[in-house]
Amino acid sequence: MTVVLRRIATVVAVPIALLAVWWMTSAQSTSYYLPPLSKILSTFDDVWFNQRFLDDVVPSLLRLLVGFSLALVLGVALGVLVGSSRAVRSYCEPVLEFLRAIPPPVLVPVLMLFAGIGDTMKVLVIVSGCIWPILLNTVEGVRAVDQVLSETCRVYRIGGRARLTTLVLRSASPQIMAGVRQAVSIGIILMVISEMFAASNGLGFTIIQFQRSFNITEMWTGILLLGILGFVLSLAVRAVDRRVLRWYHGQRRTHLGAR
Amino acid sequence: MTAVLGLAGFATFLLLLELVPRVGLVSPEYLPPLSEILGALADEVRTAEFWQAVGDTLRGWSLGLLIAVVLGVVVGIFLGIVPVLREFTASTIEFLRPIPSVALIPLAVLVFGTDLGSTLLLVVYAAFWQVLVQVMYGVHDVDPVAQETARSFGMGWWSRVRHLVWPTALPYVLTGVRLAAAVALILAITAELVIGSPGLGNRIGSAQSGGAVATMYALVLVTGVLGVAVNLLARLLERRVLHWHPSVRGEVAV
Amino acid sequence: MTSPLDGEALLQVRSLRKVYDARGRVVEAIGDLSFTVGKGELVCVVGPSGAGKTTLLKCVAGLLPPTSGEVVLDGLRVTAPPPGMAVVFQEYGRSLFPWLTVRGNVELPLKEKGLPRDRRTELVDEALRAVDLTEAVSAYPWQLSGGMQQRVAIARAVAYEPRIMLMDEPFAAVDAQTRADLEDLVRSLWQRFGVTIVFVTHDIDEAVYLGGRVLVLSSSPTELMDDVAIGLPEERDQLTTRSSPEFARLRAHVFELIQQAKGVR
Repeated sequence: MTVVLRRIATVVAVPIALLAVWWMTSAQSTSYYLPPLSKILSTFDDVWFNQRFLDDVVPSLLRLLVGFSLALVLGVALGVLVGSSRAVRSYCEPVLEFLRAIPPPVLVPVLMLFAGIGDTMKVLVIVSGCIWPILLNTVEGVRAVDQVLSETCRVYRIGGRARLTTLVLRSASPQIMAGVRQAVSIGIILMVISEMFAASNGLGFTIIQFQRSFNITEMWTGILLLGILGFVLSLAVRAVDRRVLRWYHGQRRTHLGAR
Repeated sequence: MTAVLGLAGFATFLLLLELVPRVGLVSPEYLPPLSEILGALADEVRTAEFWQAVGDTLRGWSLGLLIAVVLGVVVGIFLGIVPVLREFTASTIEFLRPIPSVALIPLAVLVFGTDLGSTLLLVVYAAFWQVLVQVMYGVHDVDPVAQETARSFGMGWWSRVRHLVWPTALPYVLTGVRLAAAVALILAITAELVIGSPGLGNRIGSAQSGGAVATMYALVLVTGVLGVAVNLLARLLERRVLHWHPSVRGEVAV
Repeated sequence: MTSPLDGEALLQVRSLRKVYDARGRVVEAIGDLSFTVGKGELVCVVGPSGAGKTTLLKCVAGLLPPTSGEVVLDGLRVTAPPPGMAVVFQEYGRSLFPWLTVRGNVELPLKEKGLPRDRRTELVDEALRAVDLTEAVSAYPWQLSGGMQQRVAIARAVAYEPRIMLMDEPFAAVDAQTRADLEDLVRSLWQRFGVTIVFVTHDIDEAVYLGGRVLVLSSSPTELMDDVAIGLPEERDQLTTRSSPEFARLRAHVFELIQQAKGVR
């Protein structure tokens, strides 16, 4: 019983303490920029959980979902192609390294030329940012498929599509997962930026509107919401990772334990 | 052979950039041919404003990175060394870390307007987490037996940090610096682009809204070059510093 | 005592030669190797280290193309891994799929073969029973000990119902006690299923204990030094067989050959 209590304590003690400090120090705050936490929390509801949720939050999340999914499919497909051949890899590497070094937000004005300021542009921005960690990590994962496992597949004549799914993709999945994790955080950033820069609706757009019209408290609720979103998505990724890579974590634990 | 192929790949890329708009696959209004972009770049390089912008970006990047690294190392070592603290702050870190730094943009605009301060707020916030996480991994990696030995010899905490914790954590710190350097550049340019603080990002925004398409692409290329340079620099630093370092630890997948 | 020409020849290696280009250096792993393996035989291949034993196995398996000469399996030339061949590798840890359970691993080649589910279950269960691993059927390979992992690899090979089974120093990385058990397992499987086995090892005792014939290879460029018929009884036992005078004689003979091969007088 005490073990469970202790575990709960370790998780919530510091956050609660920090929140308490924030609450108390901001309570008497007359600072323009920092409204009392109590006020922020009470307005949170009114600001977000109404029509605005459907008009702004949902479209943003949908764009993120679509953009990320496209990046995942394209990134893995291209990554497998590039990673499977040493020649192709050497050929593409410098170009890929250069392209991925371009800060993704910079592509917002570029893509605006092609796609205006609508949904297409935003989705394209997300895809163009998210694809890099996925692609590059897939290449790494495919490259590092175990030699002995590969020969085993040849011996038992496991080839073609079966080899791709049962060997290559599974073997590369830890790397791909690492790329997915990075892609999710980049995706959120790009979703917000594309909306802050040029948009007519969305989470980022709404928050920046609050700031421009000096609705400070509402602005803070927006920041809070973004924080929660980031946190929830990271939990989701962690959950997927635990499920899909159960074998990987188990294997690592066994090997590390033997150290 | 690898180098030859790599060069060929790069050459192909440049060729495509030149030909695709010329042939009309993509309208040259949206994507000017490479020669035009390079021409615009040549013009840019001749202006003082360009170099001013580069300097501004680098200033925001380096200052923000420095602050983030110092903070990250100090906090990371502190939280990592005291075992109770590590346990208790884990949940807080896991919550704060995924908060997108761009969420702070409205706040930055309010408080700092379009000054360097806005850039720094974003850069420091994002880069700090990269460093912190790696430093904490590094401190965690310290051999507990060595710690016990040091303590039994009466080594104070400062000497333990200097002689035991720091050398063990150093490779991780450098990994953190490398990751933070890349993130810092991205956030610096983002801040400049979205908020309008001085720098390359700002210049790109102006070029785009002013219709100077070729110039915009030229500046995008420059940011890419900067990104590659930052990455190379970080790896060079890593190799240099760790050259005489006895440990050979790999990067922890974050 | 079975003569190699009694049963029909299943595997024929004719003037096999394999030359590597290892970073500028030219290595003639196999010089000129010819031998025959009859159907249902258990042949051991032994030689000094660096004798190209693994190279030979890979050429026979179709994993490596020969520089000259040929490998013929059941009358057909081997240019790529042929159907009906199973291989048990030395690195058992790396040859099993860590994301599949024991059952999943053993079943995978059978799925590729296109067998219906019932038949697959039947084969998998029988193979796991034969290697004594029925309780571990839902475990993952990394949860098992080294010896058990190698058993899974063997079960996979056996369930495949191969025409020929190649084993590349499968027990080299396993402790002595487990090795003894696994050696007996191989012989019992061989007798039970009647599969043709080519067993590569560096351990002379193991080769003599297991084999019906022992092929002794020379060091690089590898050639066949001798083809020793093992006249030990069909039923072998770690204790009695290994202490029999005939075993000692055969062992000494092979040992001498290997010393010659290493250039030691």
